[in-house]
Amino acid sequence: MTGEHGVYLYAVTRGAPRLCLDDLTGVASRPVRVIEEGELTAYVSDVPLTEFGEEPLRRSMEDLAWLEETARAHHRIVEAVARSAPTAPVRLVTVYHDDAQVRELLRERHSDFLTVLARVADRREWGVKAYAVQVPAQPAAPEPETGPGTSPGRAYLQRRRTALRGREEMWRTAAAQAEKLHDALTGIAAASTRHRVQDPKLSGREEPMVLNGAYLVDSAREREFAALARDMTDLEVEITGPWAPYSFTALPGEAAHDDSVAR
Amino acid sequence: MSGPAWPGGTPVRRSSIPGAPAQRESANLGDILERVLDRGVVIAGDIRVNLLDIELLTIKLRLLIASVDTAREMGIDWWEHDPWLTGANRELDAENRRLRRRLAAMEDALALRAPEESAREERQGRVQEEEEVDERHDR
Repeated sequence: MTGEHGVYLYAVTRGAPRLCLDDLTGVASRPVRVIEEGELTAYVSDVPLTEFGEEPLRRSMEDLAWLEETARAHHRIVEAVARSAPTAPVRLVTVYHDDAQVRELLRERHSDFLTVLARVADRREWGVKAYAVQVPAQPAAPEPETGPGTSPGRAYLQRRRTALRGREEMWRTAAAQAEKLHDALTGIAAASTRHRVQDPKLSGREEPMVLNGAYLVDSAREREFAALARDMTDLEVEITGPWAPYSFTALPGEAAHDDSVAR
Repeated sequence: MSGPAWPGGTPVRRSSIPGAPAQRESANLGDILERVLDRGVVIAGDIRVNLLDIELLTIKLRLLIASVDTAREMGIDWWEHDPWLTGANRELDAENRRLRRRLAAMEDALALRAPEESAREERQGRVQEEEEVDERHDR
């Protein structure tokens, strides 16, 4: 073995591994293995520090193609693990010196991990994004007050007024509906959080996003949850998932890093 | 069955919700990045590499933080900065209403007494003024 390696950590679960590791290809096309300590199992890959050292990462994290490949590989492993057992996903590019250091983590945070894993057991994360449905820029509907005697100027102003009011109204209505939707979904979910709304460039949608929620839902209530999300509002709603519980596995004492938890 | 049924407006709605919740949608990159970069367990301490140590500003600005500003520009958080609740805009709104009333009255008066041709010219001139006010209002 030439060159230095680090131990890349994807996720932590409780109990012995219940999936076939041979089927998994991790970041940098590396195989995935486990480190078991106490009741916990860590999923890791050995990665070259020429790629996963701090300096190379500073550069490659700015490279969107590299980032996408790495994020998808990370995500793929986390998802596979999460399908097999309650899982605490670890943030992208968490790299340890060696196995001993990972074992130390599992020992030191043993009870914290168990608490988090108990919270997500038999539950999955669902994303609900809602978009404000755009009103047409030029309302096609005729003005009800416009009679044959109305001057062109007044008709113009009335149209303009209506368009402005329509846009204002759209925002108010959409934002209020997003709040209601989030509250109602939170009522069904075991836990919820609101992520920042995504820029249209990121969402790939023209319509502005008004809700980007994550919900940890009991398996038994998923159908009810989806039905509510689908039927409750006039907003355009998009459900994503199931996700590994990325948004709900903050270990005790790290919540302060996470601005969305406070919402 | 605790889900409240909100009697929400018109039934016209488009949705990409899968029929059954278990159905897997292929995740888009934005959703994945949002989670792997911003969620999940963060382990601080003396480890070899931690995302917190890496300067992520560019990516974050591009993907995440920028979206907040865009949202603000688009007025999604109108309840925080509602222009209609601020004094200046309310004045502008009132002024706009007053001008519209006056314009309407003048148009009506002109339409009654002036020949059709000149009345139209007058109106067009006035409408342009009104439009300027409207645009200020718009901002």
